[in-house]
Amino acid sequence: MELYLYIALFSPLVGSLFAALFAASPKSLIAGVVPSLLLFTSFVASTILLVNILSGGDIVHVEMMTWIATGNLYIPFGFVVDQVSITMMMVVTVVSTVVHVYSIGYMDHDKSFNRFFAWLSAFVFSMMILVMSDNFAGLFIGWEGVGLCSWGLIGFWYHKESATWAANEAFIMNRIADLGMLIGIFLVYWNTGTLQYDEAFAVMPALNSEILTWMGIFLFVGAMGKSAQFPLHTWLADAMEGPTPVSALIHAATMVTAGVYLVVRANPLYDLIPHVGLFIASLGAFVALFAASMALVNRDMKRIIAYSTLSQLGYMFVAAGLGAYWVALFHLMAHAFFKALLFLGAGNVMHAMHDELDPFKMGGLKKPLKWTFIMMTLASVALAGIYPFAGFFSKDLILEVSLIEHHYIIYSVLLFTAGLTAFYSFRLVALIFHGEERYKLFGIDPHEAYKFVLIAMSPLLILAIIAGSFKMTYFEMVTAVLPATQYHVHSVVTYWIMTIGTQLFVLLAIAFAYKKYANNRITVPNGTSKMENRLCYKILSNQYYIPYVYEEYISKPYRELSEVFWKHVDMKVVDASVDGIANIIYSTGEKTRTMQSGNLSTMLKWMVAGTVALLSLAVVFGLAVRYSDEIKLIFSGLGVQ
Amino acid sequence: MFEAIAFYLFAFLTISMFYITVTTSQALYALAALAAGMIFISAFFFILGADFLGAIQIVVYSGAVMALYAFGMMFFDTTRDIKEKQGNRAIVFGLSTIAATLVVVIFAAPMVSNNITALYPIIEGAGNTQQVGMVLFTKYLVPFEVAAVMLLVAMIAGIVLAGKKMDLSLTLMSDDEVMKLKNEQNKKVLL
Amino acid sequence: MMEIGLNHYLVLSTILFSIGLVGVIRRKNLLMLFFATEILLNSVNISFAAISHFYGDLTGQMFAFFVIAIAASEVAVGLGLLIVWHKRHGNIDLEQMSTMRG
Repeated sequence: MELYLYIALFSPLVGSLFAALFAASPKSLIAGVVPSLLLFTSFVASTILLVNILSGGDIVHVEMMTWIATGNLYIPFGFVVDQVSITMMMVVTVVSTVVHVYSIGYMDHDKSFNRFFAWLSAFVFSMMILVMSDNFAGLFIGWEGVGLCSWGLIGFWYHKESATWAANEAFIMNRIADLGMLIGIFLVYWNTGTLQYDEAFAVMPALNSEILTWMGIFLFVGAMGKSAQFPLHTWLADAMEGPTPVSALIHAATMVTAGVYLVVRANPLYDLIPHVGLFIASLGAFVALFAASMALVNRDMKRIIAYSTLSQLGYMFVAAGLGAYWVALFHLMAHAFFKALLFLGAGNVMHAMHDELDPFKMGGLKKPLKWTFIMMTLASVALAGIYPFAGFFSKDLILEVSLIEHHYIIYSVLLFTAGLTAFYSFRLVALIFHGEERYKLFGIDPHEAYKFVLIAMSPLLILAIIAGSFKMTYFEMVTAVLPATQYHVHSVVTYWIMTIGTQLFVLLAIAFAYKKYANNRITVPNGTSKMENRLCYKILSNQYYIPYVYEEYISKPYRELSEVFWKHVDMKVVDASVDGIANIIYSTGEKTRTMQSGNLSTMLKWMVAGTVALLSLAVVFGLAVRYSDEIKLIFSGLGVQ
Repeated sequence: MFEAIAFYLFAFLTISMFYITVTTSQALYALAALAAGMIFISAFFFILGADFLGAIQIVVYSGAVMALYAFGMMFFDTTRDIKEKQGNRAIVFGLSTIAATLVVVIFAAPMVSNNITALYPIIEGAGNTQQVGMVLFTKYLVPFEVAAVMLLVAMIAGIVLAGKKMDLSLTLMSDDEVMKLKNEQNKKVLL
Repeated sequence: MMEIGLNHYLVLSTILFSIGLVGVIRRKNLLMLFFATEILLNSVNISFAAISHFYGDLTGQMFAFFVIAIAASEVAVGLGLLIVWHKRHGNIDLEQMSTMRG
């Protein structure tokens, strides 16, 4: 089994290095095909591991090599494949294999085709490290690795100013959060003396609850950054500057869910501090509503899906915060499938529309993009949580959890958000695929994506439809390591009322979205309509003015402060002292060059001076050795050790 | 008593001779004073019971080295006054004194702390020359042989360097002629 | 005062060494420089012989012996070089030897 573990882990790395070899050369198909095949290998290896675990095999735990061993600190490169990490591995390998194949078609005309695959496979490798590591240090390496690859992929079209800006924003925001995470890891080490998950969690119940609270908070700060929770959420929407497959893989299915994974992984810690868990759940519920509201009015197809991701991450945090870790992980998995599908569908639409992102300029695309239409509609249905699609099982479960745990406010927020989710998803579908063919006004002739691209997407489609049926198998598997709490509403009547009510509410929202946006009267908004001038519309479309606030009250003062430091501290203190040292050395050289007159007698004189200096040193050291005892006595009298 | 008188006498003589050597402006005076100083130094060796060393001192220095210098000086224009360098005397004397003192301190230090023992103690009842011979041809045989080879090499080098083109005066030749000479025998060393 | 000890010899050696160093520093004529180095070597020889005597150890004398041998070879080679230089330049003035000037 160890062999499969290593195959699963290192195939993406090999693929990445292979593609990187060709990174600077013009497009070659092989640089895309080989990493995809290697990823498929990784997927197969992960599947074998999954089957092993499902059939009751042991958890695979290997220690590849010692990484750091100094004093009491011992950190190995250890990897573990247990029920939690195998879930993540399956999600990562399935989605990334699909995305790789999809990218061969999507990036077809890009001149940096090879570089794209190098980054993409490197990302998968980092993600695998993140989920497979058996200690916090390895997790952190993967964590930073995915951050780096995300930076490289968001800024993939680096000649675009906005792309580099978004890449830097994502990177910097994540660094801020990673500082919190690092502090959390330090706290874990200081208080437990180890970074191995199992050992650290075994010690934790004995610790003071205040320390545990701080640990939980700091680790969650890291999770907030990666999973783009409020107030560090702005980077996710801006990250849509990257190529669409990147958005599908990184900013929907895998990397952003790393925060959820961290909380799930650290479940023994969060079980000890339920108040922090409640905070996480509340923040999750808030983000779910907050992001969904921004998605309502946005006019950028990819940003709408990004906000939807944000909202769904909120759901996952609600589940994780309330202690329903397996539910969070289940929703993570289901969400990865349909959200990646949604993004890839959006990518097809973008391709067909020549990178047009405004759904108001599309309309009626269901005829030319028949398959994409079907896929995106089904993905949206799954996202909205209609029975029997994947979203129904996972999302309704979260609603049930919040109800059973008696957090009625959270429950109502989530229920309302579910309606919003359905509305904005179908607003998007309606605007893109139904109604009048507005794209003709812009002279675009859309074409369906390549056949193989569509075929590559089909596994995601299937999973988005049937993932819910794995619920019980999954529950039995994953609860071997996670708290096994069954969430059942006590009374059957309540259960049915709740479920049917939710379904009706969601269906109503969908119907409303269709009614409003699928008709022929939709025109491209030009800022004159009544709705657009409403205050709430403005607030929502400006994302609650949060980017503006960040810009005005954080970025600008920071910039001014930096300028002050640059002019006064850097130039006058740091630079001046460095220059001063250089000048002293330079002028010393300038003055002492007269010594080198080439005159032998002058040299002799200096030689004698040098001899005197060396002899004095010899005498001083001789005396010091001779009187070392007395010197030590004097030093100890002065308090020097 | 005699030892003390002899020491002070020779010390005075040696110091004055060497002083003349370093201060005089006449090369011949300097040479003569140096030769005298060497002989006076051998007196210390005799006082210290190092008879063999004293003999060597006279033979090598006063005999060989001084003769070499004397012959060497025949090549130079010794009648000219030797020009002194202008310089800060305080620095010159200060540096010299400090250096000398430090050297002596370093030499004397192990003796002050009494942590040396005689490696090759002077053997009672044997003459100095005999003792020197015994040590020199046992423990110091290899250095002795090396020194002998070195002296041979030095001798040949001296002959080669000084003895070439004795009949030509390179100073009186023009640069062109020197270059021509050089090119003619460019395989030979050192012009 | 009348008892001559090791210190007397060492002081004498020091004085001679200083004289030698003064010569090395002051002299401009190369031949005089050679004389000064001879003085340095001899002053050290006195120390060696004196130490050898007062500590009953022959090693000092051995060193003095080798120092003399080295001095002799130095004179031979040095004088040869000096003569060549004199033939070429017509003087043996240190101030004129500035080909090492950078």
